[in-house]
Amino acid sequence: MKNCQILSGFFNFLKITNSLCKKMSSPAPKSPEQSVKSKKYDRQLRLWGDHGQKNLENAKICLINATALGTEILKSLVLPGIGLFTIVDGEKICEEDIGSNFFLEVDTLGSSRAQIATQCLLELNPDVRGDYIDETPEHVMSHTQDFFNNFTVVIATALSEKTLIPLSKLLWEANIPLIVCRSIGFLGYIRLQVKEHTVIESHPDSENPDLRLGQPWDALKEHLDQIDVPNLDKKTRSHTPALVILYYFLKKYREEHNGLLPKTRLEKLEIKKMIEESIPSDEHGLNLLEENYKEAIHYVNTAVTPLKIPSNIQEILEDESCVNLTQNSNPFWIMCAALRELVQTDGALPLRGSLPDMASDTNSYVALQQIYQKQAQVHAEIVYRRADQIARNLGLGQDAIIENDVKLFCKHAAELHVMRTSCIADEYEKTNVDLSSYLEDSDSLMFYYIMFRGLERFISEFNAYPGQFDDQVEPDVLKLKGILSKLLNEWGCSHALRDERVHEVCRYGGAELHSVSAVLGGCAAHEVIKLITHQYKPLNNTFICDVISSNTATFCL
Amino acid sequence: MSETVESSQKRWGHLRKVLERPGPFCHPEFEPSSEILDFIMTSCKILIIGAGGLGCELLKDLALMGFKQIHVIDMDTIDLSNLNRQFLFRHKDIGSAKAEVAAEFINKRVAGCYVTPHFCKIQDYDEEFYRQFHIVVCGLDSIVARRWINGMLVAMLQYENGVLDQSSVIPMVDGGTEGFKGNARVILPGMSACVECTLDLYPPQVTYPLCTIANTPRLPEHCIEYVKVITWPKENPFNTALDGDDPQHIGWIYEKSMERALHFNIPGVTYRLVQGVVKNIIPAVASTNAIIAGICATEVFKIATSCCVPMNNYMVFNDVDGIYSYTYEAEKKENCLVCSQIPQELPIKDPSLMKLKEIISLLCESVIYQMKSPGITTTIGGKNKTLYISAIKSIEEKTKDNLNKTLTELGLKDGSEIMVADVTSPTTLVIKLKFMNNDVEMN
Ligand SMILES: [Zn+2]
Repeated sequence: MKNCQILSGFFNFLKITNSLCKKMSSPAPKSPEQSVKSKKYDRQLRLWGDHGQKNLENAKICLINATALGTEILKSLVLPGIGLFTIVDGEKICEEDIGSNFFLEVDTLGSSRAQIATQCLLELNPDVRGDYIDETPEHVMSHTQDFFNNFTVVIATALSEKTLIPLSKLLWEANIPLIVCRSIGFLGYIRLQVKEHTVIESHPDSENPDLRLGQPWDALKEHLDQIDVPNLDKKTRSHTPALVILYYFLKKYREEHNGLLPKTRLEKLEIKKMIEESIPSDEHGLNLLEENYKEAIHYVNTAVTPLKIPSNIQEILEDESCVNLTQNSNPFWIMCAALRELVQTDGALPLRGSLPDMASDTNSYVALQQIYQKQAQVHAEIVYRRADQIARNLGLGQDAIIENDVKLFCKHAAELHVMRTSCIADEYEKTNVDLSSYLEDSDSLMFYYIMFRGLERFISEFNAYPGQFDDQVEPDVLKLKGILSKLLNEWGCSHALRDERVHEVCRYGGAELHSVSAVLGGCAAHEVIKLITHQYKPLNNTFICDVISSNTATFCL
Repeated sequence: MSETVESSQKRWGHLRKVLERPGPFCHPEFEPSSEILDFIMTSCKILIIGAGGLGCELLKDLALMGFKQIHVIDMDTIDLSNLNRQFLFRHKDIGSAKAEVAAEFINKRVAGCYVTPHFCKIQDYDEEFYRQFHIVVCGLDSIVARRWINGMLVAMLQYENGVLDQSSVIPMVDGGTEGFKGNARVILPGMSACVECTLDLYPPQVTYPLCTIANTPRLPEHCIEYVKVITWPKENPFNTALDGDDPQHIGWIYEKSMERALHFNIPGVTYRLVQGVVKNIIPAVASTNAIIAGICATEVFKIATSCCVPMNNYMVFNDVDGIYSYTYEAEKKENCLVCSQIPQELPIKDPSLMKLKEIISLLCESVIYQMKSPGITTTIGGKNKTLYISAIKSIEEKTKDNLNKTLTELGLKDGSEIMVADVTSPTTLVIKLKFMNNDVEMN
């Protein structure tokens, strides 16, 4: 309200619009009918859109072992509406299961865990289908060939080392993402394996606007050149968008600097000063900058930059998959190849086409917005034609490339992301693990990663959790210490694990605390959603959650 | 079956391991014993505030962490848009009270758990109600409610000769989410940072200046906001206040916003955006809620059992890009409005110029007060005097002329105390006015 100079003018305006509204109100546009689904999923559709939801609804998820952690993960996938899930679990429900797993009913003791968990989870959402196999994953792997190849993502909890390694290899070959999770006491572990995962919409928390005032295309130049900023009357000037003002001073600056753009901080300061001092002081000798002039100064840093391809995008454009397309290349890489050609000719990414809000009258803003949008359309059209041509040359079908997908791709060209993790089997079979850089800090959560590896080996060797039996806690501490030092030795690590951490893990005796599994379940489900929707950047690749100190860490192994 | 037997059941074997064995990260006072599980099952009373996205998760988590004496309070009924995350509710429950349906579900699923629902506002209860709980855990989307319960727990503290009586402390665990972001914190009222100590952590709500939405709209939001605040009250199409849950109302706003956007050539008005702007919708997803509630429930368990040191004391969480979290110690503010014992002073530059309405906008806009509609009373010459109260219409009528009076005209002096009541607090705040301009005082 402070900036509103003419309140009486505002009320006059009100009267006019009201009479206008009355005249127009008869044949109003009808509001669209909202489907039950869009109402039910409204709060999440605002995060990943209808296209993200469609991917979810087509996804088939496999959960190995319906532990408390396992069902917590599935819960956060069934609720947002995945297409289908299958539980593979050969266990029968025991009393401890009922005490920690919400998706088992009290009177189901001794029943198939896979079956009851499937029933209880299906109650959550009638849109989701689910089935189960009450056999161990080992049994399924050896009896049904390619069983796991039918899924969008495979999730495994409480899986033994000796099953994990072949499963990891199998899914690696099939390029199906695998998420492995473990919850013990106040500690948690998530490992994500995906051979290649591509993201168009990363949804960065903040990004600079794409304005290109230093390199205006013809239409923008023509539009901006015709506005004579210093000769505008005071009222018009105060309603002129910051970009117009900045462009005018940029032109002046370049005239004085052999056509060069301001690059250094000092040069930018100079043009900022030009803008600031261009407004004559008022009768009190005060120089009060209008909102749009302040914004123009603000945009010096982001709107006037040399055209450059961000290094992470350059890397994607030079990727093997982009340079050497085959008939098996997916649309993402074909679009990247087309983008690459545009970048080679233009030296820039396609224009994003969106304009941030800035103080301005409606018409000046909308005119500018349309110029940006039109140019973005031109760029997207070029990329689309090119991508379509490439697809045809590869012998792919006519509809291999969809125009709207290319539009989305071009709009987000600055935030493309490709992720390739290592293979879990390699990590387990590798002997020269260099963790020393992490271990300098004795508080590093990397120690818990080592702990989880030791824990798995303990389970393989003794077929029980360390500390599982009340009278074995102390002996198990010694055994686990032995395993850990052997592991570290194998990896050539000289660091030892703090005794207290070994004691703490043996105290747990394999206990699964529900609330800790709830935390991990949420984290793992969230990463699965990212993998399915191809939006937001997933975890790369090992996550340790320490609920003792309420800290988490991510390691790329 | 007696409770002692229950706590020794095999079913609770997971919990018994961490409660009946010593560990290096326990609270110094922790003594492993089977009595701890017994305590959380039979005596420990927990209050969950909110039975929504976080509340449903908290109920499940705490019930499976052994708590049986759980109360849950929520004034809302179930809506279709809750079902993507509030997993204790089904389609058939739409329209029923959240607290009641949630309690019934938990009591059925987790044998032996006894959840008591309260289908009402937190403001409907007083100290006596809140005093019965050992720990309060909040899963709220409202900052006002969070501040209110924080104020209540602080008001219940007892001091003897200025020393806090620790037995009067009811720990508060608080979680919040917005899309893929969240936070969780542990508050020991009077001992560690409270909600008001860190009020500056809450971002100010996005508001659009009236002159922009009326004269120079540029964004679809400007068009929608215009229809909401100007066109609706003018045309009053359904002879009632705007209800964001009424599809007819939203439909009307959508149509009018479309007209306005078309008129100005502004692209981007969609039905979803209209709903979002009118109802101020915060995106929400099951996974992030599960994470934050799980963290909060674990902290409740730690505080109740001492089997592990509690979080110290504030965690921010974000899973937009990978998974990120950061835990730090939020500091208690020495002169906190609510939890410090220090009287509040308000410096006034010139009482002969400062009008009452300026004090009110200061109380609303300042980062440290962030009040909603403060009512102000004072005592002049030993008599109570209402300066301004907006909440009650008849008093508003009688006192609105005071808004344009200066403090001098109202008879306020240097050192006068004003009593401020607001929805953000269960108690009135006493503020001492400090006039900087002493000439006026002498005149
Ligand atoms: Zn405080």
